[in-house]
Amino acid sequence: MAEQAILSARDLDFFYGAAQALRHITLDIPAGRVTALIGPSGCGKSTFLRTINRMNDLVPGTRMAGSLTFQGQEIYAPGLDVTALRRRVGMVFQKPNPFPMSIYDNVAYGPRTHGERRRARLDELVETSLRAAAIWEEVRDRLKKSALGLSGGQQQRLCIARALAVEPEVLLMDEATSALDPISTARIEDLIGSLKERYTIVMVTHNMQQALRVSDRTAFFLSGELVEFSPTERLFSMPRDQRTEDYITGRFG
Amino acid sequence: MKRRIKPAEFAMQTLFLVCGLTAIAFVLLITVYLILAGLPAIREIGLTDFLLGRTWASTHATDPRFGILPMILTSVYGAAGAIVLGVPVGFFTALFLAKAAPPRLAGLIRPAVNLLAGIPSVVYGLVGMCVLVPALRAWLDLPAGDTLLAAMIVLAVMILPSVISVSDAALAAVPREYEEASLALGATPVETYLRVTAPAARGGVAAAVALGVGRAIGEAMAILMVAGNVANMPSLLSSVRFLTTGIAIEMNYAAPGSLQRQALFSIGLVLFFFIMVINILLNLALKRGREG
Repeated sequence: MAEQAILSARDLDFFYGAAQALRHITLDIPAGRVTALIGPSGCGKSTFLRTINRMNDLVPGTRMAGSLTFQGQEIYAPGLDVTALRRRVGMVFQKPNPFPMSIYDNVAYGPRTHGERRRARLDELVETSLRAAAIWEEVRDRLKKSALGLSGGQQQRLCIARALAVEPEVLLMDEATSALDPISTARIEDLIGSLKERYTIVMVTHNMQQALRVSDRTAFFLSGELVEFSPTERLFSMPRDQRTEDYITGRFG
Repeated sequence: MKRRIKPAEFAMQTLFLVCGLTAIAFVLLITVYLILAGLPAIREIGLTDFLLGRTWASTHATDPRFGILPMILTSVYGAAGAIVLGVPVGFFTALFLAKAAPPRLAGLIRPAVNLLAGIPSVVYGLVGMCVLVPALRAWLDLPAGDTLLAAMIVLAVMILPSVISVSDAALAAVPREYEEASLALGATPVETYLRVTAPAARGGVAAAVALGVGRAIGEAMAILMVAGNVANMPSLLSSVRFLTTGIAIEMNYAAPGSLQRQALFSIGLVLFFFIMVINILLNLALKRGREG
């Protein structure tokens, strides 16, 4: 199966001050697939995720070395337009974080920021994004109501809709279900399955069952290193590395 | 099981209670005094003539007039002008301090702002009188620089510290997750501050405005020195008299028991009423700000 890599890391190092969070990461994330990043807390999986849309820039004193490219373009190239990158690489956070505005304004925020003013186009984007995030039926009659009145699971799907509204190519999910109840989690997992037809999804998860259920590829991180990166079923059934096996069988982490 | 309270504990608690009650007692005392002292003149002049009369000629020998509309409008316009000039500057300073400033620079600006709050108002008046008033006269080619505009500018500077510190606290309290979400959608930092952070802090900003209005309405000394103090109907470039300065100027020579003196107390009552209303609005704004 020849897959085209949309994101490629080559010998990627990342530092918070003097502390090295990523060591020589080399991997290719295939387009149009779900890639799960797993590993114990502090292993570097979230750091890696946040290098992809450069959210780590918000932390003072960070430094990277090596190469990380998005469709052949160096993400850390000097002079790269970070806002343009983030427009193409959306993100959903661990804790649902809708803005304290109406549901409509939440979804329309991204397009408006990027200059969309036409009412009809905004209406259309809001509806398609909410539909794609499987929340349209629940909110269609209350688009003008505050997003903070939604349940946690609804808020998270709204945040997914908000990310989709800027029409990204990649969607990063940073433990997007860890703050949710099992039913909401299941809904979002279903949603991920339907989104991968149009988007490349990279998700950090603490839940190995979840990685197994929804991802095509799984990368196992440990102490800032990439230990193993394989098709998900193979990684969980026939891990090549002893450390991977120890982790997935629950011997540590 | 009932615990015995030690005598020292009891004594201290009583002391705290007495101190707490003292503050309330003063508020009540002042309220009652102002009402008692302020009502007779209003009754004699007539409420409409007093509040809506356009002429203040308290020392006229044969036909004294006690209309305080010019002063009410001056105080309202003065406070509004101070808000219009001071709040944007204060808010953007706060935005800069809370979000954009490098920590070392913020560490330099914050103490400076606090220092600004500590400067006695008479000093603001002096600087206004010696620098601002002549400058306005020269720039705008006026016969005199003592104007409503000068007072507005001085008030705007005086309300800056409270506007900045209240807005700063409100902006700092905006959850970081909102800003991250906005940045992750490809908004620039400035777009994020203006479209997400600032709206999320609007309760605090409303409180800053109310606080600024309260300070501007209540200020007397500084504007006494720059406003010219003629009880004209206010316009931007004319000499004006505020409610506060109206009292301060005439109290000195108003004969005890005269209608003039009683009318000054009535002005005090009106001022007190204004401040009460603003304080209620302020508390509402703070409460709404806390509830998000």
